[in-house]
Amino acid sequence: MSRKASGLKAWVLQRATAIYIGLFALYLLLAMLFARPIDYAAWRDWFASPLMGIATLVFVVAILLHAWVGIRDVVIDYVWNTPVRVTILSLVALGLIACGLWASQSLILVRLV
Amino acid sequence: MTTTSKQRPVHLNLTKIRLPIGGITSIIHRITGVFMFLAIPFLIYLLDISLISEQGYKDAGAMLHSPLGILMLFGLMWGLTHHLLAGIRYLLIDVDMGVEKAQARQSALAVTVVGPVLGLILTWGLL
Repeated sequence: MSRKASGLKAWVLQRATAIYIGLFALYLLLAMLFARPIDYAAWRDWFASPLMGIATLVFVVAILLHAWVGIRDVVIDYVWNTPVRVTILSLVALGLIACGLWASQSLILVRLV
Repeated sequence: MTTTSKQRPVHLNLTKIRLPIGGITSIIHRITGVFMFLAIPFLIYLLDISLISEQGYKDAGAMLHSPLGILMLFGLMWGLTHHLLAGIRYLLIDVDMGVEKAQARQSALAVTVVGPVLGLILTWGLL
């Protein structure tokens, strides 16, 4: 994992994901401020639409990649003990993967029910 | 040179380090990043229950409107605003915009001040 997201690759990945996250977060905020789904049915339908579903899944993946690069930098800066560092990074990676699967499950289920 | 370098005071005492505004903006960028990382499972939990049933939707709304929920939402909106604006500032500096010391200090101050203000406005708007 660290070899795949090191140096220049991580630098580019962090900026590419940042741009998507920024734009989609802006869309989410504007939608919630000015065109908010009025009830449960409207809320469900919003996330159940194909385009919103895919865009949200990409948003989740972008956040997980961005968080991985960012947290890894922070951990490498402040945790110098190798076994502790590897343990923390492993837990972070595991937690991010679990969160990604959890969010995917919700977003897929909402289209099936 | 070598004799003077040995006598330089080394301040790793956090209370004695005077960070310039760019440094303050930078460390808040980190702190807000870690904070939002820790918030990920809570946000997915809210999304999950709000989509799965009408009761869950109401529960998620109630949690967001509780005192702790409002505080967390404010933290998140401050975090998002600061992290996003500071991020845009870094992207601009990457392409050589606002690199001069005076401009860099002004933009750092602007980001740091606008963060909590916009965070408060967004929290109020979203509730």
